[in-house]
Amino acid sequence: MSGLVAPPAAPHDAGFVKTYLWSTDHKVIAMQYLFTGMLMALIGGFAVYVFRMQLAFPGEPVPLFGRVSAGQYNSLVTMHGSIMIFWVAMPVLLAAFGNFLIPLMLGCDDMVFPKVNRLSYQVFLLSAVVLVASFFVPDGAFGGAWTAYPPLSANAAYNLTRYGATLWVVALALEFVAFLLGGINFVTTAMNSRAPGMRMFDVPIVVWMIVIASILFMASVGPLLAGAVMLLFDQALGTGFYDPGTGGDPILWQHLFWFFGHPEVYVVLLPAMGVVAEIIPVFSRKKLFGYRTIVYTAVATGVISFFVWAHHQFVAGIDPRMASLFTITTLIISVPIAEMVFVYIATLYGGSITLSTPMLWALAFVAEFLLGGVTGIFLGAAGADIYLHDTYFVLAHFHYTFFPIAIIGVFAGITFWFPKMFGRMMDERLGKIHFWGTIVAFNVIFIPLFLTGAAGDHRRIFDYSGFPDLATPGLQYLRITATMGLVSLLAFQPVFFVNFIRSLVRGPIAEANPWRANTLEWSAPSPPPHGNFALLPEVYRGPYEYSPEDRQDDFWPQHVPDDPPAPVAGAGGWR
Amino acid sequence: MTSRPIATTRSVMEVPTGRLAMWWVLASETVVFGGLLGVYVMMRLRHGAWADEAANTSTWAGAFNTLVLLTSSLSAVLAHQAAERADGPKAARLLRYTMLGGGVFLVVKAFEWTHEIREGFTITSGLFWSFYYTAAGLHAAHVLAGIIVMFIVSLTAARNEELQRVENIGIYWHFVDVVWIFLFPLLYIAK
Amino acid sequence: MTQRAHAGAPPHAETNYVAIWGVLCGLLAVSVLGPMAGVRILTLITAFGIAIVKAYIVCSYFMHLNIEKRWVAYILGFMLALMLVFFGGVAPDVLEHEGLRWQRTYVAPVTSGSER
Repeated sequence: MSGLVAPPAAPHDAGFVKTYLWSTDHKVIAMQYLFTGMLMALIGGFAVYVFRMQLAFPGEPVPLFGRVSAGQYNSLVTMHGSIMIFWVAMPVLLAAFGNFLIPLMLGCDDMVFPKVNRLSYQVFLLSAVVLVASFFVPDGAFGGAWTAYPPLSANAAYNLTRYGATLWVVALALEFVAFLLGGINFVTTAMNSRAPGMRMFDVPIVVWMIVIASILFMASVGPLLAGAVMLLFDQALGTGFYDPGTGGDPILWQHLFWFFGHPEVYVVLLPAMGVVAEIIPVFSRKKLFGYRTIVYTAVATGVISFFVWAHHQFVAGIDPRMASLFTITTLIISVPIAEMVFVYIATLYGGSITLSTPMLWALAFVAEFLLGGVTGIFLGAAGADIYLHDTYFVLAHFHYTFFPIAIIGVFAGITFWFPKMFGRMMDERLGKIHFWGTIVAFNVIFIPLFLTGAAGDHRRIFDYSGFPDLATPGLQYLRITATMGLVSLLAFQPVFFVNFIRSLVRGPIAEANPWRANTLEWSAPSPPPHGNFALLPEVYRGPYEYSPEDRQDDFWPQHVPDDPPAPVAGAGGWR
Repeated sequence: MTSRPIATTRSVMEVPTGRLAMWWVLASETVVFGGLLGVYVMMRLRHGAWADEAANTSTWAGAFNTLVLLTSSLSAVLAHQAAERADGPKAARLLRYTMLGGGVFLVVKAFEWTHEIREGFTITSGLFWSFYYTAAGLHAAHVLAGIIVMFIVSLTAARNEELQRVENIGIYWHFVDVVWIFLFPLLYIAK
Repeated sequence: MTQRAHAGAPPHAETNYVAIWGVLCGLLAVSVLGPMAGVRILTLITAFGIAIVKAYIVCSYFMHLNIEKRWVAYILGFMLALMLVFFGGVAPDVLEHEGLRWQRTYVAPVTSGSER
């Protein structure tokens, strides 16, 4: 085996702290991000349970919480949104999967800067601690919505959560720094540390997606970081960056926020689509249809995503000429994403499909995201948005996109890579029960919310009894249905946790490549040791050679050398 | 010293990993400062009266600081030259001159701000001053961070180790210099 | 580890960094003297035009972008271009004092620092 290198020897007997809490090993850091994200999801999930119970049964004490005041309602919706996006979706999709997969899939022994990697998690953990601390300060967590528009967010007399507001901004800024640090590691590793023989178009799609997402994040967060410092100064020092009284402009914050906020949704979407792109070929035993198309489309989507942001501000009083421009760009961006969905469907077509749990999640992603995407078309048109803005229609749209991203995509990835991460197989039956319970309940939550939104339900309303047009039995029935859907959804999640923990402790031992897949991580042991590979692999082909022609096996891993040339007819046998 | 992963030594793009990472750091810093300065420019164009406020900044302090940073960039690039010639101790010495330049910059800034605050121009005196202190303050924080990292690099460079880091911290330092090259006219000259 | 000192650095002729520094100082002097003439367009050209030239010189010769791989400059250029997009998209809202259907009633406060 020419040129194969062994990674440097691991320090032996490192002790518990160095192995699990102070490690620089990318796999451990990935697990730290994963478990922190899942813990934050419990908090974000509890928040939504409380406020949806308030909406279904206004004024009634909520079990496990008590009566919800208007101020608490505001804090709950703000925290739900902030936590789910920044402390669940991003750490799990980008940081956990990115950290775990990138070195393994590229045939490396670790990231290029392991200590910076460890630092990025520590900064992230600090940001999570700061955010959770905000629940316990006087007046509670920030209540100005996850979009934090000033003057509500800048002026404590308006948001009534002086300390929570400042802690929220600080937590957010720390989270941004953590992901900038992590992102630099990901991009540099993917560019410079690929296994010998791995050309750019031999890199698995999920790695491409995480790298493109990291670059998108890096390019869009800058103005918001500056803007967050300005908001912090407005809150704490009394400057007037967003205060018209001093010559500032509240719309400025909206632009700063959404210039980041729109690329941000693609920052989380692309990794989820990447996870799905890894699963579908494996369980269709078919080559990914249009690898280069997906890569070019993802890059194009990333670029276009910088030109659509003001569709969040159509009714904020922006220049209407800008509104027309942003309508056009927003409608255009739906095209590349739709194209990626078509490519996935084309991959499935004619394949030999196995409906394993990961595959079910991957298929559900495609179906549910499709619904989310098409409802976005209505919102992207400025005219229709005048009615729909700030209604539950918007909320249902972005949950039909975010839920596939942050929940479905995550479960797809966890069930798919669990054998590699933990060396055990998950239980298929529990997996399927969890899947169906989650998916059905998800639709029961949000289809009624499309209807209430179209009927005029405003967002962020604590109690509709003050709105005669909306305080009707028909709409209240829909709200209750949505809440019951949520309760069912939450009731099915313990199935996942039981499956996870039981499999971890006494699931069947997993071999290196239980799914018979091609990418490099499956050539390492399950779980991989420190250093990942006994001998760092070399790459001979792309990642999706499933059912290759003229071969016995229906897969052809990337690291397996090419066959020696066939003997010439008539010559003596070469063996 | 912990062993370095094999991954760090690979160089598929034919740019050394440390330098490649530093370019990405600059890319992300470009949008941070670009965003802040872009916002400042918009606000400045909207409020013509800010020219009167800006008249209270000291052009000479700003110009002197520009000179100091340019000179420190010179010593930084000469440090890189020394590192390329494998002369670690000389590179470390030149890095220390660069740190000194950064220190002088910060001291001048401290005097400048003290004077302005005494005159009554604080961060809440008006939106121009809010931007003035925020932008220059963010820049000064990056100068300070650069000095600290440069100090650490100079320690290993003096032992002829990790000399590639001299170039990388130099690139960061030049970036900090470039940001100031734009801050100077924006905050001091346009009056 | 001296052999890693400039791994990957393309061979380049010895640049006279001190001479470049001299040019930068000269440009600095012009950019300070120019606004003293009091002519607005001259101020803009000398202050900002020269800033762009100085930045270009520092990037090319000190950061060695002139001999670095081309795509590095493209990445940085892309980030700058994004800032232009940001400016272009936000300026119509933040820059304007008057709107199509609204009037500005805000009155600028009297500008004097010591009054606060």
